[in-house]
Amino acid sequence: MACGLHCLKIQHISVAFGDNLLIRDVNMHAHCGELTAIIGRNGSGKTTLLKAILGEVKHTGNILFSGHDDTPVKGLRIGYVPQSLQIDGGSPATVYDMLASLTSRYPVFLPRRLKTVKKLREHLAAFNAEGLLDKKLGQLSGGELQRALLAAATLPKPDLLILDEPVSGVDRAGLRIFYRILNGLKETSDMVIIMVSHDLEFVRSYADHVLLLDRGTVKTGTPDEVFGSDDFKRVFPNPPLAAEGK
Amino acid sequence: MSELLFGWWEYEFMRNAFFAVVLIMPLFAMLGTLVVNNGMAFFSDALGHSALTGVGVGVILGMSDYKPAMIVFALLFALIMNRIRHSRLSSTDTVIGVFSSCGVALGLVLLSRGGSFSRYQSLLIGDILSITGDEIIILAATLAAVAVLWLFCFNRFQAISISPSLSKTKGIPVRLLDNLFVVVVAAVVMLAIHWVGLLLINAMLILPAAAARHVARNTRSYLLITLIFGLFSGLLGLWFSYQNSFAATGPMIVLIAGILYFATYALRDSRQ
Repeated sequence: MACGLHCLKIQHISVAFGDNLLIRDVNMHAHCGELTAIIGRNGSGKTTLLKAILGEVKHTGNILFSGHDDTPVKGLRIGYVPQSLQIDGGSPATVYDMLASLTSRYPVFLPRRLKTVKKLREHLAAFNAEGLLDKKLGQLSGGELQRALLAAATLPKPDLLILDEPVSGVDRAGLRIFYRILNGLKETSDMVIIMVSHDLEFVRSYADHVLLLDRGTVKTGTPDEVFGSDDFKRVFPNPPLAAEGK
Repeated sequence: MSELLFGWWEYEFMRNAFFAVVLIMPLFAMLGTLVVNNGMAFFSDALGHSALTGVGVGVILGMSDYKPAMIVFALLFALIMNRIRHSRLSSTDTVIGVFSSCGVALGLVLLSRGGSFSRYQSLLIGDILSITGDEIIILAATLAAVAVLWLFCFNRFQAISISPSLSKTKGIPVRLLDNLFVVVVAAVVMLAIHWVGLLLINAMLILPAAAARHVARNTRSYLLITLIFGLFSGLLGLWFSYQNSFAATGPMIVLIAGILYFATYALRDSRQ
């Protein structure tokens, strides 16, 4: 169950590349058991913010992951779902190869252990992906890859789950399955979930908090607060919104 | 018939070359699979060419045995190029190309002073038939060391080649392992360059793995097929070379590996 006690505080985060200020003074507060969505136009600094949280780009300001008494959590486990992988279409690496090489020391080039195969298959089943174990990564559909990556990010279960949704390549049906899985994960596990999303409909239906970014914090709050604000209308003059039931 | 198949065994240098092939090809198979996965074919090619500069530096420094200079230079070259590869530059292949060609030019200038480049020609095409018993022991030790490294680190190397960011969040020391990998590739390439030659060493590293990718179903079969293709082209190449009055062995091996590449490509095409 979600404990509601862990939280991620992002205070005054700025990232510059040379003279170019990518994001300025971003503040955010995300709680466990909740899905916080980061939205914004292309180039608004969404992925840069994620990279700052992951420690991949230099930044100023503080990123604190703390328990209920404000003491920092030691040995923070981060699960990360990248937008895409570095592999090319001809890569022979399968979903099993990816999961095993990320989570086990037993060499993937040796005969597989039945116990590991069973464990990974069971884990994948929770993500509607049990049939993908022996499929090559390069041959997965966008939705399948997203679910396989979510499975990889949650093995072992992280304290903080960070998702960078692909801009395209996942169809509506795939997205719906993905958000439903994420919703289930949110309700049953004790983790802070942060997601960069491009699909405003799904954000409105599934997110608990929204951060609207435009090279800096423009607006934060519940989906209704953010989507109903003038700032939102300024950033997205014609948002493709429709009702999306859970 | 047995003379045709096994006549070469009478010669000590052929026996040595046989052991060299049996050791070098698995070594290259292990490295080659990851070099191809990481899209580093051009990188390792440039690395091979840096041998020329390394030897040139050794000669300038007046070293009688230029191998240490060559290896130290290649390791530095590999680490610098790896840094470039990960930089935010948009055209890293161009930068690697520039480094590589300047390195070759510098090496050629240094080595051709006094019109004596012909002394170093063996660096270009190599000669596997010249390998000695002691060198075979060094090769075997290298193979054993890389095999142990692979047992402990292959998963993490592979994870990095799939996604460095994802690997980092799993606590994998991405930068360290990535540098370790290029250092190992550089050391093995420099060790083998005398027997294989810098013109073709990269082909021997890349081709079996590239061919295996056409037919492999997963990482396990990828490594196994690369190993089989490597040994097959190595041994057949050696035998063909013996049958053809010792025509250059390295190029013969590469030709066979090249045929395997195109044959498996056609096979994959017909399957689809």
